[in-house]
Amino acid sequence: MIEIRGLAKRLGRRQVLQGLDLDVRAGETLVVLGPSGTGKSVLLKHIIGLMKPDAGSIRIDGEEIVGLSEEQLNPVRRRFGMLFQGAALLDSLTVGENVALAMQEHARGLDEAEVRRRVIERLEWVGLQAAAALKPASLSGGMRKRVGLARALAMDPEYVLYDEPTTGLDPITADVINQLIRGMQKQLHVTSVVVTHDIKSAYTVADRIVLLYQGRVMFDGTPEETRRTDDAMMRQFIEGSSQGPIQPV
Amino acid sequence: MASGVTPDDIALKGVRYASGRLGDSLAGVGRAATMMLEATQVSLRRPPSVRLIAQQMGAIGVDSLWLVIVVSLFTGAVAAVQAAYQLTSVVPLKYLSGVILRSVVIELGPVLTALVIGGRVGASMAAELGTMKVTEQIDALRAMGISPMRHLVAPRVLAAIIMLPVLTIYADAIAIFGGYVVAVVVVNVPSPIYLQGLREFFEMKDLLSGLVKAVFFGSIIGMMGCYHGFETEGGAEGVGRATTMAVVSSCVLILILDYILASVLFRIIFA
Ligand SMILES: Nc1ncnc2c1ncn2[C@@H]1O[C@H](COP(=O)(O)OP(=O)(O)O)[C@@H](O)[C@H]1O
Ligand SMILES: [Mg+2]
Repeated sequence: MIEIRGLAKRLGRRQVLQGLDLDVRAGETLVVLGPSGTGKSVLLKHIIGLMKPDAGSIRIDGEEIVGLSEEQLNPVRRRFGMLFQGAALLDSLTVGENVALAMQEHARGLDEAEVRRRVIERLEWVGLQAAAALKPASLSGGMRKRVGLARALAMDPEYVLYDEPTTGLDPITADVINQLIRGMQKQLHVTSVVVTHDIKSAYTVADRIVLLYQGRVMFDGTPEETRRTDDAMMRQFIEGSSQGPIQPV
Repeated sequence: MASGVTPDDIALKGVRYASGRLGDSLAGVGRAATMMLEATQVSLRRPPSVRLIAQQMGAIGVDSLWLVIVVSLFTGAVAAVQAAYQLTSVVPLKYLSGVILRSVVIELGPVLTALVIGGRVGASMAAELGTMKVTEQIDALRAMGISPMRHLVAPRVLAAIIMLPVLTIYADAIAIFGGYVVAVVVVNVPSPIYLQGLREFFEMKDLLSGLVKAVFFGSIIGMMGCYHGFETEGGAEGVGRATTMAVVSSCVLILILDYILASVLFRIIFA
């Protein structure tokens, strides 16, 4: 369980997070919606300790992570997998080496054959087993995203943070990824936070949907509640209208 | 002076600007040193992989060897021409090789090697790490619980510290050879005399002090390359800025440190 209380973060001249409260319950898949530039990626980076908040608290299974040093954060981070918005693959390494990296670093007991087997398995999940020997530079944006996803799932994480997992994918591949996220939750009981703009993806994977705007959670409900809501902001977002309480930038 | 601005005001502004820049630079050196301390601590707890260090050593050697060869060959040649010009009719020419030897081994070899490598390797480190920073690759490592200090910084700094003395030995040998060619072919010093001078004037402590310098210069190059890479903000433009900063700051620091080391090494340790 992730409990976020009063999270505040100023970046440059913008107060990006303004006392945000949010719980992610054990085993659920929470979808975070919100217009571009609201701070969705910033929120994920706080959860995994890549950014330090100006104020507020983040507890992972009861353990406060705000104020921990890099070294102290490492054991916490090992329980997480994160898919970055831009994939963030190490471009000096091949696709396979990217997926293997954390295993080689943290599970030195694993022999080479086992690492290889797990790398291929993860790549099969995202439909890229043939790409293991390629360098990230030779992949399309959507393929890089999927490699990033394979890498995020490499260490059998308890928590997975997905930053726009289906952005830049064709609808068919997007559905493969949606099913994968769904499967992580159903079969492996992974707790997930999925940041997305893709309403279809949100309805497919979510147990719960929140809307982030102006640094706070503005709506919180199940997919069914979201469909039927008359909350003006949520309606505007679902319908994709430039008219409404959310100001287009 | 209609606006009431006096030359004094302008001078004051200039001093403030210059001291501000100096303050910024000193603060930068401080932060870079803090980063080195952190990388050392992390690496003592668990050493960086030998494979990564070897990879970086290879990159430095391959990147720079031909440059070092060309630069030191001509450095030796110029040293010979200069020394011949200054010594002729003052002292016997048998001292020529001694002068070349000492200036190369103590000063020219380590400093020019460091400046060349500071340009070549410092820039490529800053560019590579800067790109990794702005594309969130460094954050990705952190998110996987992999310390960028151990995985990226320590191998680069260690490789630079190991490779600088190695390349300096090459540079010394090649420069002395360059000097030999000029001395024998152009200045007409008989070859046996040149070689005898080398033997007479060679001192182990000169060579050692040059190599000690090289170790320090190597750490500066690695440190500035990594620090400016990690500090990179704002896309491709930021990477360009980081690259320039890495080269400029390592060259300036190398020359400043050379002065300090020259004083310390020769007055105190090797006195
Ligand atoms: N490292 C940073 N430095 C300064 N500003 C940042 C940084 N990261 C994000 N921001 C700003 O924070 C805001 C939220 O960014 P982000 O979380 O990426 O939005 P999104 O909701 O689209 O993921 C944006 O205005 C962005 O410019
Ligand atoms: Mg984002």
